[in-house]
Amino acid sequence: MNLKTPGDTMPSATSEMLDQCTSGELVARLALIVGPDGLISSPAELLVYECDGYTMEKNRPEVVVFPRDTAQIVAVVKLCNELCVPFLPRGSGTSLAGGCLPVGGGVIISLARMKRILEVDLRNRYALVEPGVINTWLTNRVKGQGWHYAPDPSSQGACTIGGNVATNSGGPHTLKYGVTVNHILGVELVLPDGRVMQIGGPVEEAPGLDLTGLVVGSEGTFGIVSKVWVRLVRNPQGVRTLLGVFESVDDATATISEIIGAGIVPAALEMLDSLILRAVEEAFGFGFPLDAGAVLIMEVDGVEAALDGEAARIEAIALRNKARHVSRANTEAERMLLWKSRKQAFGAVGRLAPSYCTQDGVVPRTRLPEMLRVITAIGKKYQLRIANVFHAGDGNLHPILLFDERDPAQVGRVMEASHEILDACLAFGGSVTGEHGIGVEKISFMSKLFSPDDLAAMVRVRQAFNPGGLCSPGKMLPTAGACAEPSAVNQLRPARRASL
Amino acid sequence: MVPVTDKERTSLPMTNQPATNLGKGIDYELFMDCVHCGLCLGACPTYVETGNENDSPRGRIYLWRAITDGRAPLSQEAQDHMNLCLECMACETACPSGVQYRHVIHSYKHDMALLKPPAPTLNWLQRWMLFNLTPYRGRMGWSLFPVKVMQRLGLGWVVGLTGKLLPRSLRQMQEIVPALGPAHRLPEFLPAIGPKRATVGLLLGCAADAFYPQVNRATAVLLQHNGCDVHIPRAQDCCGALHEHAGLDEVAAAKAGTNCDVFGSVPGGLAGLDAIISNAGGCSPVLKAYGKILAKDPRSAAGELFARKVKDISEFLVELGPVKPSHAVPMKAVYHDACGLAHAQKIRSQPRQLLALVNKLELVALNESDHCCGAAGSYNITQPEMSATLGARKAGNIAETEAQIVLTGNVGCTLQIDRHLRGDARQRWVGHPAQILAAAYTGESPFGLEIPGFNG
Repeated sequence: MNLKTPGDTMPSATSEMLDQCTSGELVARLALIVGPDGLISSPAELLVYECDGYTMEKNRPEVVVFPRDTAQIVAVVKLCNELCVPFLPRGSGTSLAGGCLPVGGGVIISLARMKRILEVDLRNRYALVEPGVINTWLTNRVKGQGWHYAPDPSSQGACTIGGNVATNSGGPHTLKYGVTVNHILGVELVLPDGRVMQIGGPVEEAPGLDLTGLVVGSEGTFGIVSKVWVRLVRNPQGVRTLLGVFESVDDATATISEIIGAGIVPAALEMLDSLILRAVEEAFGFGFPLDAGAVLIMEVDGVEAALDGEAARIEAIALRNKARHVSRANTEAERMLLWKSRKQAFGAVGRLAPSYCTQDGVVPRTRLPEMLRVITAIGKKYQLRIANVFHAGDGNLHPILLFDERDPAQVGRVMEASHEILDACLAFGGSVTGEHGIGVEKISFMSKLFSPDDLAAMVRVRQAFNPGGLCSPGKMLPTAGACAEPSAVNQLRPARRASL
Repeated sequence: MVPVTDKERTSLPMTNQPATNLGKGIDYELFMDCVHCGLCLGACPTYVETGNENDSPRGRIYLWRAITDGRAPLSQEAQDHMNLCLECMACETACPSGVQYRHVIHSYKHDMALLKPPAPTLNWLQRWMLFNLTPYRGRMGWSLFPVKVMQRLGLGWVVGLTGKLLPRSLRQMQEIVPALGPAHRLPEFLPAIGPKRATVGLLLGCAADAFYPQVNRATAVLLQHNGCDVHIPRAQDCCGALHEHAGLDEVAAAKAGTNCDVFGSVPGGLAGLDAIISNAGGCSPVLKAYGKILAKDPRSAAGELFARKVKDISEFLVELGPVKPSHAVPMKAVYHDACGLAHAQKIRSQPRQLLALVNKLELVALNESDHCCGAAGSYNITQPEMSATLGARKAGNIAETEAQIVLTGNVGCTLQIDRHLRGDARQRWVGHPAQILAAAYTGESPFGLEIPGFNG
């Protein structure tokens, strides 16, 4: 497995750079920009930033800075360029793919102190926010007036709008409302060389190239987003939330296909398998049946008058597909608890095992039962317990592999099993990420997903924004620019390098 | 396998071999419960203010684990981040993984108390006052007496003026003092009004009884009106929360033991009490942990029994089935969730249910109602800056409402909110739900508030 790449033989580019401009100089000059309380550089404090929600790989940054406005980001970025130190943005660090992992060390630009909602304009249905605003804060601000921000990733109580832009986050309700890119009107972007550009803005349908679509989902490799214009959505008049209990995943999947085939556009269609049900039930005590093969959370929203009819049709379809029973959330409190159970399912698995690794694969919706059988087989093969939650409506599955990080043998098996699962997704004609992004975790799959020509085109686009490669090196695309080839990547996992 | 380089060594999976004595007493599985998902970040008041993950629950768990593993030094910075924790337990509410953060932070506090004086951010005088004055009802009463006399003589401004001459450290403590009501020395026994439904003990608290004796009186009245015989043994001690949170486990245990003895000696003993009632959300979580606190004490069985009997006043009345009060209170109120109730005990609906029984009392929504106000026990003295920031945030949220009265089930929150609302142009009364409920039973306005339609 010891595949040599140039990076393996060369000394670490980052440490070499920092030899030239000692880390002391970097810190001192950063402190001039953000003030002494605007950064951290002591080893103990930096430790906390060595990983995010993805804990399989870790690397300490040299320093973490907390700019308070665009001007400070610009100054930090320019300094990094001058000293040739890699840098990357971080919101709340909830990435499940290592999006905030400082691969080559360097500077983490934390946007957690840029957390103001600058403008709310309901008549023109947009808001202007700083990147560190937490997703739910935005909805909380406007919910009194009957509005919300639609993309609702499961981590929405903690994750930031900036992070949502970086990863083009989804969420249960993206089935009907679309993912983050459908709700971003424009951004202010600090380019990797320190220039500031505005892309789009509060006015919809800006002329010129649709660069917003390019930047959203670029995982911080095109620069640092410093302001975001987001679309606000009026709350639907009514909502009906149903819970279907099934003996098997096959029956639940058949139900989903029939609902969508019947021309119903649900706001959300979520599936939980039996293992995850146990964790969720222990965490929230919703009253899920522990002997069920799968449960479906099915939600429709819209004009009040149509909803009862739609809910009844869904109920009939579920029963026709051998649902054990279908119940409705009767109160808003019940509905909120049901969604909380679903959205916090990842964390709840902490009750089943000390560590977990969440995968994010996509398969054509109708292949879900087959895929699940493959996952079960892989779990047996590697002696791992695997729980599953699905955004079933769009074939996005999240197998959660349970392990104990203190046991290196288990860690190895998790890595191999994860790869095998994702390979299977590809074999079914799917993809290796629905919403978590590539990060560092899945970078080795890019060459399987895309042809060399596809990748070369993407790299050229990135180079247009990030020619020096200093901004978020080692992320998303399996090559980097010239100045800071991230050869200091911790090659804990040989597989990643193997694909470079 | 690729050989491991020095650069990579920090990234290796952590071992559970403690390299130092720090954290030796902790059950390592408590660390392992945290899966590093970060969902606690948005709920943590200190993280929301500083944006530094070292000031977040996930960060603090990571930090303390690294220190106990010997991976990180117990640096001053690390201690500052740990000490900045409010122990509000909002993270436990947010955590889907069931992390018992209270035990993690207590492990830190306990170990630090062995190395340094407790409440390390304080000077000796403040520390003496915190641990030798505050937890004693009698001493507090005496020390507040001159302030009270001045306030009665309409010379409260003199207190404010002399306060300005005090050193900053003491001024912070002096500024907390609210308008003091008349003392109510409650008898040791108060009989049920109407048919008797239960026999309970009442905990008075320490500083609480000195600052707000009227709250204890209201609580007793409330219990009587709901058919409870109320035992109020005078020899009862402070609950020990202040000490427990500072890592002074032995002192906390001594106080717990005293309270078990004292309540054990009422007629019928501990077993004869249906409940032991607390009206302070900051005290009851510790009172409910007496079993654990006295685990190594010969009185551990009594501790267990005591802990099982402890109920917050709202929790108890809702379980008992409250009698509907007769007087209307035509006012608008907000309810602030004390962390000790909402997060540590998950008591959220009960106080609201009780207040909903009061005719014409309108409970309006308060944004971030369960976000810590910064009182957090002695936090307003140990971490005055962060405390003031959070106090101002809470006051700002309250100022956005139309409420005339602010209700909260913990003495610390009452003091903190009252202090931070003093600058508000609109005069808002801050008190305990029990006071409004007692008023609705008796038709007597509580101290400092005139309820429309009430006599005097």
